Amino acid sequence: MNSNLRRWAPLFLGPTLVAFCIGFVYPFLHGVYLSFCRFITTGDATWVGFNNYIEALSDPSFVHSFWFTALFTAVSVIAVNALAFAVALALTGQVRGRNIFRTVFFSPNLIGGIVLGYIWQLIFNGILANFGTALVLEAKYGFWGLVILMCWQQVGYMMIIYIAGLQSVPKSLYEAARIDGASRWQLLRNVTVPMVMPSITVCTFLTLTGSFKLFDQNLALTGGAPGVVGEGGSMVYRTEMLALNIYNTFYGPGSARGVGQAKAVLFFILVAFIAFWQLRYTRKREVQL
Amino acid sequence: MSKKGFGLTVLFSLISVVYVWPIAVVLINSFKDKTAISDAPFALPNGESFAGLRNYIVGMTFGNYPFYKSVLYSLIITVLSVALILLCTSMCAWFLARVEAWWSRALYLLFVFSMIVPFQMVMYTLSKTADTLELNTPWTIPIIYLGFGAGLAVFMFTGFVKGMPRELEEAASIDGCGVLRTYFGVVVPILRPTMISVGILETMWIWNDYLLPYLVLDMGEYRTIPIHIQYLNGSYGQSDIGAIMALILLSILPIVIFYFAAQKHIIEGVMAGAVKG
Repeated sequence: MNSNLRRWAPLFLGPTLVAFCIGFVYPFLHGVYLSFCRFITTGDATWVGFNNYIEALSDPSFVHSFWFTALFTAVSVIAVNALAFAVALALTGQVRGRNIFRTVFFSPNLIGGIVLGYIWQLIFNGILANFGTALVLEAKYGFWGLVILMCWQQVGYMMIIYIAGLQSVPKSLYEAARIDGASRWQLLRNVTVPMVMPSITVCTFLTLTGSFKLFDQNLALTGGAPGVVGEGGSMVYRTEMLALNIYNTFYGPGSARGVGQAKAVLFFILVAFIAFWQLRYTRKREVQL
Repeated sequence: MSKKGFGLTVLFSLISVVYVWPIAVVLINSFKDKTAISDAPFALPNGESFAGLRNYIVGMTFGNYPFYKSVLYSLIITVLSVALILLCTSMCAWFLARVEAWWSRALYLLFVFSMIVPFQMVMYTLSKTADTLELNTPWTIPIIYLGFGAGLAVFMFTGFVKGMPRELEEAASIDGCGVLRTYFGVVVPILRPTMISVGILETMWIWNDYLLPYLVLDMGEYRTIPIHIQYLNGSYGQSDIGAIMALILLSILPIVIFYFAAQKHIIEGVMAGAVKG
């Protein structure tokens, strides 16, 4: 079978591999190369060494977007996972019509980020208008707006994963712990949480990388506004996240594509590092029966 | 049912209402006059502010672009891409899982690696490559989606194939089935549930994707639904928020229908996708 199958490599492997090279491998390597170049189009690239990286790291808007993204990610990962876990816990208990609730909570997930952003823009502006202000006037509105939007969209998805985890915990474990006199809190802490650790690993991974890479929602909800003039006269957009900052460096006014590409490489390294670190950290806490 | 169960049911009913409310606001506003939307976005339409189907009629050709074309292009891109991804990556994954060699392992790891790379890392070079190779139409962009989306699909299929007994395939090959017949006659039927899961995850991604088609496609000719909505908001500002509300509602409608038709599969797909990581 094995050697027979090998002869079929061109048909089985070929199409995916060719597309993978076009859609990922070549653009990735080319992107790494261009991050060391100054260029307007791909044809006129000149090597500048680490200049783009130095410029990227000394750009106040990039540094600001990093901290904004980090803070947003920390808050939304905790909020989404805590809410999703609580809802999953309640929905696996005695609630009538749990399938209806599950359906409703999951539904915002199917709506794309751009459309979600505009729906919530309308809602937030409608509420803030009562206080004589608007979403794009203050960074804190944009920040909490994004957090609320993220919860609304992601809680249902994570809830599904937590429900699957909770349902796989053997009932006998709870009975044994109860016979040993464990309180409800102890049951939750010492039985439920360790047993659903694989779900916690997956959900923190998905929310962490998802929040860090967020783009569509950010673009549609505030587009980075409000903008203020930062040190050195350059504009700093107060609610701009990393992905949007990179996009604007590429395609915005006064675009500097080499610097944008350098920022993208830094962004990639950051995401890869966070993902790797998080998986190691939560994996260690998973238990095997 | 206990008293506590009842309390929770009431609580969740209230939360459900809050959950559906944003969509309801869009629905209500899509029937309101545009000045009434910005003045009182949460009010129900009354005799004065009720606009009938005006927003929907204006929306159809709003922004000098017929809306039905956006729906059509979104549909073409999603269907072609998902079909291509399912066919090609399942074949690729079966091959990688069954052929034991250092390079098949290396390739698999490369696919897994591609899953964590943010799109911004490749967006510029990818859109240039797509232009050069003329992969910039709704009929050719599926090749780009196959390339950039291969990681997750190969990962999920390979994981499933590795847990599949080899005996069936070996029996088929002893019975004289060639590789192709073994694959399409034996492996594909077993892969069906995973195909549905992968198909749903990829559909959710591609249908809603904004930046990739925006950078690759020619905006004048081809606008998917997210591109069209972003374009209207970006360049027309608040000029006709009524028409935008109508289009937002129309763009959610296919998703709602899809959701209710395939709800069981969608939720199972999400659970199956969660084994990644």
